[in-house]
Amino acid sequence: MDVSLQQTSAMDVKPPVTSVGVLGWVRQNLFNGPLNSILTIVVVLVLVRIVPPLFKWALVDSLWTSSGAACKATTGACWSVLTHNARFILFGFYPHDQQWRPLCCVILIVGLFLYTRSPNRWSKGLAIAWGVSLVAMGILMPGGVLGLQPVEPGQWSGISLTLLLSLFGLTVAYPLGVILALGRRSRLPAIKAMSVLYIELIRGVPLISMLFMASVMFPLFLPEGITVNKILRAQAAIILFTAAYIAEVVRGGLQAVPRGQYEAAESLGLDYYQKMRLIILPQALKIVIPPTVGILVSAFKDTSLVVIIGLFDLLKTTQVTLSNPEWMGFSTEAFLFIAVLYFLGCFSMSSFSRRLEKALAR
Amino acid sequence: MDHDPQTGMSPTGKKPFMSDPTDSKSETRGSARTIIHIAGLHKWYGDFHVLKDINLDVEKGERIVICGPSGSGKSTLIRCINRLEEHQRGRIVVDNIELTNDIKNIEKIRAEVGMVFQHFNLFPHLSILENLTLGPIWVRKVPKAEAEQTAMYFLQKVHIADQARKYPGQLSGGQQQRVAIARSLCMKPKVMLFDEPTSALDPEMVKEVLDAMIELAEEGMTMLVVSHEMGFAKSVAHRVLFMDSGQVVEQNSPEEFFSQPRHERTKLFLSQILH
Ligand SMILES: Nc1ncnc2c1ncn2[C@@H]1O[C@H](COP(=O)(O)OP(=O)(O)O)[C@@H](O)[C@H]1O
Ligand SMILES: [Mg+2]
Repeated sequence: MDVSLQQTSAMDVKPPVTSVGVLGWVRQNLFNGPLNSILTIVVVLVLVRIVPPLFKWALVDSLWTSSGAACKATTGACWSVLTHNARFILFGFYPHDQQWRPLCCVILIVGLFLYTRSPNRWSKGLAIAWGVSLVAMGILMPGGVLGLQPVEPGQWSGISLTLLLSLFGLTVAYPLGVILALGRRSRLPAIKAMSVLYIELIRGVPLISMLFMASVMFPLFLPEGITVNKILRAQAAIILFTAAYIAEVVRGGLQAVPRGQYEAAESLGLDYYQKMRLIILPQALKIVIPPTVGILVSAFKDTSLVVIIGLFDLLKTTQVTLSNPEWMGFSTEAFLFIAVLYFLGCFSMSSFSRRLEKALAR
Repeated sequence: MDHDPQTGMSPTGKKPFMSDPTDSKSETRGSARTIIHIAGLHKWYGDFHVLKDINLDVEKGERIVICGPSGSGKSTLIRCINRLEEHQRGRIVVDNIELTNDIKNIEKIRAEVGMVFQHFNLFPHLSILENLTLGPIWVRKVPKAEAEQTAMYFLQKVHIADQARKYPGQLSGGQQQRVAIARSLCMKPKVMLFDEPTSALDPEMVKEVLDAMIELAEEGMTMLVVSHEMGFAKSVAHRVLFMDSGQVVEQNSPEEFFSQPRHERTKLFLSQILH
């Protein structure tokens, strides 16, 4: 080490001070030209005007556990609207003494998702854990077995409803979308025509109208006396809607896999399913990770549209809380909180997609 | 048209097929020595008549080099043999199975016919070893350990056993093409098809791939090779076919073919590639 340092020392001219260290960084990134310098100054001024008052409102003058009346007297943020109503906002009309059940579901989903985010932790065990959890949630929420008190789906609400609609929606919509994409590229005319028809029909209709159809029109077609609960219908609408978009994205991926890959797979004697599963789909799905996650993220956000058919998702329980006279007028705090929750969900999904891409990069 | 049916040339000597330690039984199925029988083959792309009345019989152990100008239908012809392209008229019988629309028959034939492409077409998301074991495991239902043993044997044969854990993107073109050859061999094919295996390679890598092919030829593999490598044709081919605009214009032993081409088109073509 020392020897080599000695040898190179003659060539070892230090870089100019202005390009290293804090000063160098500031110069290079904030003041490298007149326009950038002006922008930097403007941004700093704006931040100086905004940040301190915001800090004062959100933290210094804020109330966290007071009553609604006390909140009305202060100039700070009233986080009490959240702490007082947390159980209702998160779990809505789910029976009070049974709310550990949706809580378990939420913890399971969030915990598993966080664990799954690192692709190097992926294993068969994890896949089984996901499968078992999905089944467990399917038992926990409705109850009625294992001594669990039955809970009407109409009472499922709050964040657990949002998460369950998203999770079940995405896990069913993704494979369905892949199948539709394969169908659209099928050689069999009937399958191809049906896939195209389905995809184009669904893509030509807004999700809201699909939800309306699911909640209003669909029951009309059912025979007398048979009802399918509202949540299931909304869930089906979300799945059918999302699948069509996924199908189009996956089709793009299938087209992006070079012809030679199809031919090499075929020339080995692989049958259609082996060819798709082992060779084509792994490559195609990898190519379309970014747009796929984009669709999943917007599907996650779109679950909030179920309020219009009278389901109480996270957004609706918040609105209900705010319509209570005691807590009226604190919508800023409440919606900030909701925004943060949604942001965390969406952000972790997209950061997951970036990790996934990196892990699969070759 | 003068595609004389069989010029009476037979493969020089009967050498054993390429075999490996895990393979105990030898080949031979059926009594006829013919492994590929093509009769009255026509193919169209829309209105474009790309193959015109092709007749070709290939014997076991025979090595045929196909040459001809670009666009003459060479690729199309050998791709018809494993049904990467569909033909519209005529018969193709491979290993006693006629190629029809029966997908099970097609898959059976594809398993017996190895194919090496101009652009290698390795599976980029799988390691070299996985590229080699995929076919045997899923098509031949060979146990994984045995498939890996076979794979390593063939990787050694093409001199890249040390690359087994790498991915195709990490290998040079020549190495990739040798992997592609090994991948086909792992299926223990009865016939190997090569579609211009060296024409996408940098010049310094052509030799390593040709050497692997020559070694394969010396072990008695039945080979159909689309190539303009005249040295290769002279040293291993039993027959050279010249194709032009969808027809087999001329076929002969390599010595005759290169020294005394009979057709004007052949002469013109040879003068072009030899300069
Ligand atoms: N999929 C296709 N559709 C239409 N024409 C094709 C297709 N593939 C090849 N051709 C045409 O068929 C002719 C023969 O092609 P090919 O067999 O690839 O020739 P070669 O391998 O001898 O260069 C060419 O004129 C080519 O343009
Ligand atoms: Mg070609």
